[in-house]
Amino acid sequence: MKSLSLPNIFSHQILALLGVLAINWLVFPGFFDVTWKDGRLFGSLIDVINRGAPVAILAIGMTPIIATRGVDLSVGAVMAVAGAVAATFAVSGHPLVVTLAAALAIGIACGLWNGMLIAFLGIQPFVATLVLMVAGRGLAQLITEGSIVTFSDPQLIFIGTGSVLGLPMPAVIAFVLMLAAHLFVRRSAMGLFIEAIGTNRSAATYTGLRSRSLILAIYGFGGFCAGVAGIIAAADIRGADANNAGLWLELDAILAVVIGGTSLLGGRFSIPLSVLGAVIIQAMNTGILVSGFPPEFNLIVKAGVIMIILILQSARIGEVVAAFRTSRQSQGKK
Amino acid sequence: MTETSRAVLEATGITKTFGNHTALRNVDIAFRAGEVHALLGENGAGKSTLIKILTGAYTLEQGTIRLDGEPVSFSTPLQAQALGIGTVYQEVNLLPNMTVMDNLFIGRQPRRFGLVDKRTMERQAREILAKYGLDIDVRAELSTYSVAVQQIIAIARAVELSGKVLILDEPTASLDAAEVEKLFDIVRRLRDRGLAIVFITHFLDQVFALSDRVTVLRNGQLIGTRPISDINRTELVKMMLGKDLALHHGDILAEESEVGETLMSFRGYGLKGKVQPLDLDIHKGEVIGVAGLLGSGRTEMARVLFGIDAADSGRLSIDGRETTVRSPRDAVELGFGFCPEDRKLDGIFGDLSVRENIVIAMQARLGWFRALSRDEQLEIAGNYIEALDIRTASAELPVKLLSGGNQQKVILARWLATDPRFLILDEPTRGIDVGAHAEIVRMISRLREDGLALVVISSELDEVVSYSSRVVVMRDRAIAAELHGADINVQRIVETIAGNETAPAEAHP
Repeated sequence: MKSLSLPNIFSHQILALLGVLAINWLVFPGFFDVTWKDGRLFGSLIDVINRGAPVAILAIGMTPIIATRGVDLSVGAVMAVAGAVAATFAVSGHPLVVTLAAALAIGIACGLWNGMLIAFLGIQPFVATLVLMVAGRGLAQLITEGSIVTFSDPQLIFIGTGSVLGLPMPAVIAFVLMLAAHLFVRRSAMGLFIEAIGTNRSAATYTGLRSRSLILAIYGFGGFCAGVAGIIAAADIRGADANNAGLWLELDAILAVVIGGTSLLGGRFSIPLSVLGAVIIQAMNTGILVSGFPPEFNLIVKAGVIMIILILQSARIGEVVAAFRTSRQSQGKK
Repeated sequence: MTETSRAVLEATGITKTFGNHTALRNVDIAFRAGEVHALLGENGAGKSTLIKILTGAYTLEQGTIRLDGEPVSFSTPLQAQALGIGTVYQEVNLLPNMTVMDNLFIGRQPRRFGLVDKRTMERQAREILAKYGLDIDVRAELSTYSVAVQQIIAIARAVELSGKVLILDEPTASLDAAEVEKLFDIVRRLRDRGLAIVFITHFLDQVFALSDRVTVLRNGQLIGTRPISDINRTELVKMMLGKDLALHHGDILAEESEVGETLMSFRGYGLKGKVQPLDLDIHKGEVIGVAGLLGSGRTEMARVLFGIDAADSGRLSIDGRETTVRSPRDAVELGFGFCPEDRKLDGIFGDLSVRENIVIAMQARLGWFRALSRDEQLEIAGNYIEALDIRTASAELPVKLLSGGNQQKVILARWLATDPRFLILDEPTRGIDVGAHAEIVRMISRLREDGLALVVISSELDEVVSYSSRVVVMRDRAIAAELHGADINVQRIVETIAGNETAPAEAHP
């Protein structure tokens, strides 16, 4: 679906990505080198899309959630749960289909749990998903019985480390998921409904939208995405680490969505731009790693770059603030 | 109360503007010691602006305020309080998680050796509350007491702090009949002690029960101040609504005989605490005008009919078939539409385009799977932009950039796109300019001619008279009367709203 304003917004994120890549190239001239070896591509760029895939997948699920004025803090923990389920199923010799189905099902179930607390009990998303953020890791530890469960199912490992047409499998999955989700929300009326609910929940209800079931479904989808990311993370290290899998990734995912231009106040959203946001974050991470900077600088540099990106976008925030002020004034408040 | 008693608080020439909107225009008002002075007016009349100026919440720009004859100025509520003007709001603004005595003394606790003297504080708190006939444990948390008790504590605090003028802003809104009576006793006692009491309410019964004088504001202007003994209900309502009774006599556009067959009938339809059970038949091709003061249950009725607050009693049949409306979703499914009173809050999707705002209800009805293509959306939106003369540079403009009248038309277009049988319009002309106002009134008549059934709620009685085939008057959360034919004129409506026949007491279940 083509929107008139899309290229305009696009320029922000594209510009940011180009900037980050250019700096990477300056500090590490070999950044753009890509080589073909053993039937697959290697290089820093490939590394960016490969390492960035889990956060990109989380961001795909996080985008509709944030667009409805919500947030899901539990996706990192849900990754751990899904990874733990995948690992234990693989170890006990289940076929791949069953393993994947089980891991995705638990992801969806976690998402629906969040959605139920938020849509039907009216608990604030921040608090509701905080519950599972904490409990999820406990659940994962219970499933793995406190140890790191390693597996050797080659099919499952392929999902984390294999390649298709020379491209890393996680990146391919993220791309396909992005395309499917984007087409789905824009070809159906789902995108309009999500933006309507995010813009004005009360008006959406008055209009006859089933806000609650829609919100439930959106969190379910967020859980599904966390499940996919969890499987990839587990397959990548050939094991499930209940304590560290997906740790803090929910914050990167939220950041990716914000960099992608979706407001935390809900409303307009774009899944491809959120994915681009995830790629920008990973390009930064990889850039700092390969540049030879001491790793201590990593987080500080990252924070600085993020600040710059957000300030770049703040022209729009300024507009909103100005519009808000005038509307408040005309309502007769001070 | 004697006419000669002095004015404690006197405001003259008060004018307040916000941007290019004038909220108050040259208002003079005086409150005397030992009187209960009711302040009346519909929404937007300027009551709350006036109160906020008198209590220092807004700064005074034009005019003078005199306290005991001396000109005063204050820029914060705290200063006004210190000078003797205390306010008690509808929503008690005390600290619910602190004790009763803390609430009474906060900021001025009795001290001993630099520490708060709890024992003295407790004794004094008991003494204060005893004056109000309240014997409670002052060490208990405030929130453990009922709203009525909290209200009295708030009054006690305001009187202790200020003691000259007491402003009560809709103090009875959440109290039951017995509690209201108790509150009134206290207010009368304070009046007899020489306080000037300003009493803001929507309930006419209470105005007549308690007040000595009454002042009416409308559209930011002073309409008049009268002793309560010199005025009756009808005159008071006339002052509030601003109706010249000679006007529009017999000016009925829609004859009831034109009305088509029965579309739906509500029987015993109501919701506890919101709307008392009502019977209403709605026919095709008719406009039912709904009149009533603020708080009479007008909007509450609309919300129940549309399923926003689902009815808990009664039946509904449409075209002779029994059905239920449990949610707006059900209502939309049955071909209802609803233009809410507060466009910004419940109506428009500000950041979304005019196109999206128009197609959303139709799309909601189709479901997410059968999406309208962009071309279809543009076609539909374009049609309505033309048909309703919506002034917008483009269908892609965010709707928040449109004027109020055009936003209202967008919401109307949204419902017309769903091909409805029944539309509810809650204050469709509020806050929009004169031109768009006339267009919307014309549109209502045109929709009626097309065979739609409409319920239109409005405070503009001229307007109600001009388009209604029937008028329903609401009072005390119930239908007080239905007016037909020659009875549809402003005078009859005003008299019915005022309820000159013995009005039933305000009932809170």
